[in-house]
Amino acid sequence: MKLLNHAKAGTLESGDVFVTVTPGEELLIHLDSPVKEQFGDAIMDLVRKVLEEQEVTSGTIELSDQGALDCTIRARLITALERASKGDVS
Amino acid sequence: MKRSLLFIPGNRPNMIQNGLVLPADALIFDLEDSVLEEEKDAARTLVASALSSLDFGLKELVVRINEMSSPHALKDIEAVVPAGCESILLPKTEHSDDILELDRWLDTVEQASGIPPGSTSLILLIETALGVEKAFELAKASRRVKALALGAEDLAADLGCERTGEGTEILYSRTRLVIAARAAGVEVFDTPFTDTYDEQGCFLDTVFAKKLGFDGKLSISPHHLAPIHKAFTPSQEALENALEVQQAMQEAQREGRGAVALRGRMIDMPVLKQAERVIQWAKAARMLKGEADDESR
Repeated sequence: MKLLNHAKAGTLESGDVFVTVTPGEELLIHLDSPVKEQFGDAIMDLVRKVLEEQEVTSGTIELSDQGALDCTIRARLITALERASKGDVS
Repeated sequence: MKRSLLFIPGNRPNMIQNGLVLPADALIFDLEDSVLEEEKDAARTLVASALSSLDFGLKELVVRINEMSSPHALKDIEAVVPAGCESILLPKTEHSDDILELDRWLDTVEQASGIPPGSTSLILLIETALGVEKAFELAKASRRVKALALGAEDLAADLGCERTGEGTEILYSRTRLVIAARAAGVEVFDTPFTDTYDEQGCFLDTVFAKKLGFDGKLSISPHHLAPIHKAFTPSQEALENALEVQQAMQEAQREGRGAVALRGRMIDMPVLKQAERVIQWAKAARMLKGEADDESR
């Protein structure tokens, strides 16, 4: 999947995660989470796994986690990536 | 039989998470009215992700897809059916052709996903004058249809009538839907009660719906689950009486008789049918040990 545009998905509501995706030449992942100390590694593993599944190898991925479950992080990241790949600036 | 079917907005992760612990008999993940047009893709992906990874226990998992005329309906089906959606709630159902097309989509998606053919059910949301008029025809359009459900807010707008607390303006539509559903051999669910914090009003509205013949009720608020369950759950005495009737009729039928006297009261098929409804509600309420699991799926 090739990222064409800046895109975002999710919200800053409790239980959600706000994801922004920006095209770039190298892969950078930034995570902000109230549970980063306890679950930061697990969240980063999940993010890398989704990026691998979606065949995304470059770009800047920023996640502002509000205590989201794994299924929510996965869904929001996929939505942001799909929007970015379709040139859907939202 | 489901006493309560609770709507959960499809793009709200915290509410989806609440669905794990709320005591509804069925959850309806909504991709239609509660989701903004520009968030349809996000809600679809979120609901599919939740369905495929969270354990909602014995609750039936329903998804309200977008209207068949929208560009979203097929994408909704393709996302949620492989993820574990058991039933589709089709909004604003008016045309048998739409049901047949949805039927074909489901055939294709089930086959591609390795899901047993025909296993995804349809619940038809009737919320227009044309839908009410054609309710029986719609209910018979596909073997996948397992229930009709009334959506009175959209219906009132379509009819141009005022929605009131007592619901006089929807009485005809309610009874018409019950008759259509019974004639077609499917279940029927009543419209949601819309005053979130009026639990007593919800209880009385549900009692009335039960008297009309509804099997269960849609709900837009977790606050309504307790009053809905209270209205549909039989008392222990009613359940014991129903089980007694069932047993007496089974014995009578074994002896080749169509009716039997039980404590001075004549018991026949209509009485048995009513008793069986009580037993079905008791199963939904997990009042019968060992049988609840079979009933819930």
